[in-house]
Amino acid sequence: MARIIVVTSGKGGVGKTTTSAAIAMGLAKRGHKTAVIDFDVGLRNLDLIMGCERRVVYDFINVINGEANLNQALIRDKNCNLLYILPASQTRDKDALSIEGVGRVLEELAKDFKYIVCDSPAGIEKGAYLAMYYADDAFVVTNPEVSSVRDSDRMLGILASKSRRAELGMEPIKEFLLLTRYDPNRVESGEMLSLEDVQEILSLHLLGIIPESKSVLTASNAGIPVILDEKSDAGMAYADVVARYLGEKRPHRFIESKKGFLRKLFGGK
Amino acid sequence: MSLDVNKNYDMQPVLEFKSSTFFVLVLIIYSNDLMMIEQKLREKISQAQDFFRNSPIILDVRELNLQEHEIDIIKLINLIRGVGLFPVGVRGGDDQQNLHAASLFIPVDMSQSTTSAQAEIQKAAYSSRPSAPHEVIKEIVVSTATTLISQPVRSGQRIYAPGDLIILTQVSAGAEIMAEGNIHVYNTLRGRALAGVQGNRDARIFCSDLQAELISIAGDYKTSEDLKDITPKKPVQIYLQDQALIIKELI
Ligand SMILES: Nc1ncnc2c1ncn2[C@@H]1O[C@H](COP(=O)(O)OP(=O)(O)OP(=O)(O)O)[C@@H](O)[C@H]1O
Ligand SMILES: [Mg+2]
Repeated sequence: MARIIVVTSGKGGVGKTTTSAAIAMGLAKRGHKTAVIDFDVGLRNLDLIMGCERRVVYDFINVINGEANLNQALIRDKNCNLLYILPASQTRDKDALSIEGVGRVLEELAKDFKYIVCDSPAGIEKGAYLAMYYADDAFVVTNPEVSSVRDSDRMLGILASKSRRAELGMEPIKEFLLLTRYDPNRVESGEMLSLEDVQEILSLHLLGIIPESKSVLTASNAGIPVILDEKSDAGMAYADVVARYLGEKRPHRFIESKKGFLRKLFGGK
Repeated sequence: MSLDVNKNYDMQPVLEFKSSTFFVLVLIIYSNDLMMIEQKLREKISQAQDFFRNSPIILDVRELNLQEHEIDIIKLINLIRGVGLFPVGVRGGDDQQNLHAASLFIPVDMSQSTTSAQAEIQKAAYSSRPSAPHEVIKEIVVSTATTLISQPVRSGQRIYAPGDLIILTQVSAGAEIMAEGNIHVYNTLRGRALAGVQGNRDARIFCSDLQAELISIAGDYKTSEDLKDITPKKPVQIYLQDQALIIKELI
């Protein structure tokens, strides 16, 4: 049984593509054949983060239009042979995507892959709609700030009412919260919402907290998903997310600031 | 999408009959004054435009026929379509009205039709009863059963209940819940809640944690600005008393 995961948020720039690359790599590294699809038609970001931009020949739209078959368009990852990337087209716009076309491609992928990760574009327009439409699971990427939380809430409403599962009256999409770019120091100083604040508003199952980390930028500049930087905090946090998604129980980390942690250690306040 | 579901794609069924029940508004006509009907309809619709937009309705002309007020059913149907409603059925019509409705492809509910014999009996019963004096039209709902929601109501979602509305989950900021009757929210209410939207001033709102953007009963409202002194996480009820919206802690 293939599972389709959409990585979505509503708000832009919160870490969807970073997350898509990391969890797709994480799932593949753990032995599951995984495809990751860039739905951000017109922008193309995923192939850069995956470091395969120079190997893009055909793209998602070519496959939808029948100008190339899937095998021609899928790019095998250089670090993991169970991971494949289906890049977005930079020359078309999102109108080239159609619900039937997307359905056909996903259907074909589902025959061969265990997980299909859909990297959604920002917004709640057509691209984001098509990315979530066929999903079984949704990773709702949220930053600890009011506007991001509000947009995530909006996206959750769309998942619950406009998805294929909702339309067919099937079991709803499973929704998971991924709190990214979490900076405990800024939470403590009140500049950012805390985990509790976000959970109070969204009340979602928390899959993980990804700390704000320099390693993310370093990894994306190098074209390597940050999860492969196993010593970095963000890399470890994404590895936890993948493990939890696969059913392992792992305690949450990176919630407290180092200051707060020390204070707790020494019992001060 | 799972593989087994995918397989069905190849031999996707073309159609299926399913029985289901849903709410339809019944529009009872008491007057044959088409101008008045149109004016009243427009008034009603302007109170809840999104709800009424393209809303299916069943037209009930029994009262009219019992009082022997003649009406041109074709004009009436066109008028109703003209204000943006979708008549999907006629009931309580006489033979000629039924024929006219059918000519506009509107199904007729014969079980409720005013056949001559029935009409005689009912007319006798009615004549001893004063007719409703001023009301021109009045909507009633086939079922005013309670609507129960157990999924979170998220930002951007709206819910309209023709009777009472019970919500077990949170109502997010940016969501809107409306009911013709009472509203109960057994969780945090952050969005907008409007009870008694068709003018029921006895409707109330109950919620276990009031952090709403707006609360309204029969059109009298308070915004979050007026609510900032309310202690959160305390169960409250909201009702109308002498034109004033009262918010009272329950426990
Ligand atoms: N945990 C993190 N720590 C630090 N920087 C991060 C983190 N996650 C993402 N970023 C940075 O935030 C920026 C946006 O990330 P990304 O492209 O993954 O977001 P996105 O949601 O896909 O954006 P878009 O909506 O434009 O598609 C990038 O510069 C990325 O390096
Ligand atoms: Mg992106």
